[in-house]
Amino acid sequence: MDFATFLQISDTALRFATPLLLACLAGLFSERAGIFDIGLEGKMLMAAMSAGAVAAVTGSVWLGLIAAIFGSLLFAAVHGIASITFRGNQLIAGVALNFVASGITVLIAESMFGQGGRTPPLEGAARFANIDLPFAETLGAVPILGPFYAEVISGHTILVYVALALVPISWWVLYRTRFGLRLRAVGENPASVDTAGVSVVRLRFSAVIIAGVLCGLAGAYMSTGLQAGFGREMTAGRGYIALAALIFAKWRPWQALWATLLFGFLQALALRPDVVESMTRVAIPVPFLDALPYILTVIVLAGFVGKAIPPRAGGEPYVKER
Amino acid sequence: MPSADLGGRQATAAPASPYAIELKGISKAFGSVQANKDINIAIPRGTIHGIIGENGAGKSTLMSILYGFYRADSGQILVNGAPVTIPDSQSAIRAGIGMVFQHFKLVQNFTVLENVILGAEDGPMLNSSLAKARKILGDLSREYELDVDPDALIEDLSVGHQQRVEILKALYRQAEILILDEPTGVLTPDEADHLFRILRGLRDQGKTIVLITHKLREIMETTDNVSVMRRGTMVATVKTAETSPESLAELMVGRKVLLEVVKNPAKVGDIILSVKDLAVNDEHGVTRLKGVSFDIRAGEILGIAGVAGNGQSELLEALGGIAAASGVVVLNGAELPLTGPRANGKARRDAGIAHVPEDRQSLGLIMDFTAWENVGFGYHDDPRYQKNAWLMDNDALRADTAAKMATYDVRPPIPALPAKSFSGGNQQKIVVAREMDRNPDLLLIGQPTRGVDIGAIEFIHKQIIALRDSGKAVLLVSVELDEIMSLSDRVLVMFDGQIMGERLPAQTNERELGMMMAGMGAK
Repeated sequence: MDFATFLQISDTALRFATPLLLACLAGLFSERAGIFDIGLEGKMLMAAMSAGAVAAVTGSVWLGLIAAIFGSLLFAAVHGIASITFRGNQLIAGVALNFVASGITVLIAESMFGQGGRTPPLEGAARFANIDLPFAETLGAVPILGPFYAEVISGHTILVYVALALVPISWWVLYRTRFGLRLRAVGENPASVDTAGVSVVRLRFSAVIIAGVLCGLAGAYMSTGLQAGFGREMTAGRGYIALAALIFAKWRPWQALWATLLFGFLQALALRPDVVESMTRVAIPVPFLDALPYILTVIVLAGFVGKAIPPRAGGEPYVKER
Repeated sequence: MPSADLGGRQATAAPASPYAIELKGISKAFGSVQANKDINIAIPRGTIHGIIGENGAGKSTLMSILYGFYRADSGQILVNGAPVTIPDSQSAIRAGIGMVFQHFKLVQNFTVLENVILGAEDGPMLNSSLAKARKILGDLSREYELDVDPDALIEDLSVGHQQRVEILKALYRQAEILILDEPTGVLTPDEADHLFRILRGLRDQGKTIVLITHKLREIMETTDNVSVMRRGTMVATVKTAETSPESLAELMVGRKVLLEVVKNPAKVGDIILSVKDLAVNDEHGVTRLKGVSFDIRAGEILGIAGVAGNGQSELLEALGGIAAASGVVVLNGAELPLTGPRANGKARRDAGIAHVPEDRQSLGLIMDFTAWENVGFGYHDDPRYQKNAWLMDNDALRADTAAKMATYDVRPPIPALPAKSFSGGNQQKIVVAREMDRNPDLLLIGQPTRGVDIGAIEFIHKQIIALRDSGKAVLLVSVELDEIMSLSDRVLVMFDGQIMGERLPAQTNERELGMMMAGMGAK
């Protein structure tokens, strides 16, 4: 693999990693507060459809983004009410939402546009434009780092940079603020928060809402940044891959970045079977390369990455006891 | 003196009343159960006030009302003479009430400092709160012997230190009234003494301590006044100096209770069980039981003393066939398999070992199943319960359960009632009935009276002694030193998975055993 190819693949990897990273951070906030969120997939799908549809109708990607966040929040609210207010099973509520999303997105898109469950192709202001970072041209002349900056870092949509900025922001919120302390505590031992006079319900709802907003960004990026419109099942299991990355990252923000970049890199490789073949000298079937991120997901979920201890109160509704 | 730093609660709450807390006519019902009935109590400021009562007497409900977990159906709460309403924990904290729960409310992977400020932070950023807490914690530690490393993780601390963190949490929130629920259940005698020193120090600074316990000795040694609850009512409040353990026990139960265990000298026979180098690893591969060796003879009770979590549970589980182990265990001359498919509870029962597990609710019973179903567990192939080769005779099992309930005084004696509907003591009697009634050669019994009320404790102790007098062997594991000292014929002390030494109850005392339980003292 020559340097130019490496840069190309890295560039694609970053694009592919972005929705994973946003969803992974969404899961991080939710699960750190003790709400297991298997519904990342459904929320992303709902957001992707909302963004695609509204951007297509209004021609404004920003209205599309708002619609995406709204659509995702709707699902987050249902998840919160089911699993926090009514103390239902978090996993079952999440799975149910995924099924609903899978059907309702196609239903809405079909009834609005009649194009077989897709939204019309987006162009111009209905999509997020790529941004060239300052000095990309001039710094490009610097060996190694220059091209890396110009080709890989620069030239993405705003959501990519938002996702990257959210990594240190999430770390800071979790470990340096009162809200973060309480959020982590409520995922470990909600009784400690409750007896300290802080509302468990309010904290957990905040976490679920943050997850909703982040999934909204992830979904909007799918249909208005990465691709030009919504298509049936376009998230293709990215919500589950994000969950695997979350476990890989052991529920920590910086590690989430590295984990999602790894998954993004594998997805990018699948687009370049020629590169893989030249490196391994064996023709690897493309479907196998496509499956690689999912295979890694299975390996991660099966626990082959060392000890990953989830938040102790994760998955359990909080019932006050004497 | 840190109270200057802590702001002027004492100054603002100019004592209009000599009482820190007054409860007037507090009642609380859960469905048809009247948990608290017209409770009246006045707790003078600057005293240690004990509240005792059997399980289910309503102590916890009363304290939950004080800490804002429940709202009373009727009645009035006065703090320092002023009426208050306590709809939630935040209000309780604001009223100056701090609570140390029996099960600590700490975040295990947070530091001491983080746990202390949780919910009492100064602002949205943590740094300034942490710095301020560090300073105040230092002052409090010095003044009240409450030393803990502020940067230690909770999971690395001993239970005694974790409890200090709970007390520090309450003091950091400027609590003037500190309620402690069964605080010594998990402590060594030394740690308990230290705790009581801390409590006396707090009292001498003018704070009011409410101590909820079922241990009469602690009440007698520590409190100024004591209130007794029975079946949801407050039956008496007396000066501790003017009462005795016997009369308190009588007030609790409503009849005369024998506090002393009466038993004849042991008539020991042959070795029933011989254990050599028994070791157990937990699921993480950590060695919990590090090679223990001992014998038990017919007609004796061998007591295992120790603070919870020092390998006693693993010892019981290994002998009971629940956990795989290494070493040599010989029962009645035959070696028992310690690993593999034949190392199971059923095989041990067939070999003559009965097991009353430490945690009856998770290992001894299925709480949603009826009493008769629970009585059948482990003995489903008892010929008495068989209709034919294929079917069980449930009527026979039900009848046998009714008979056992009569013999073992289980109340109410209704075999069709689910296990969870019985009180802790009666649940324990169901397990004891199932295990002892088979006339085993060896009885393994763990924490036989944990969460069991005084009347039932007396009964269970008598059963254990009767089994021993009939020439059987008993291995008794308990964290209650009183129980170990009064029942055992010999005592082994365990610490960190090893046996620290053997003592005869008549030739030792709680102080010596306590030192050994803390890992000190020679073999």
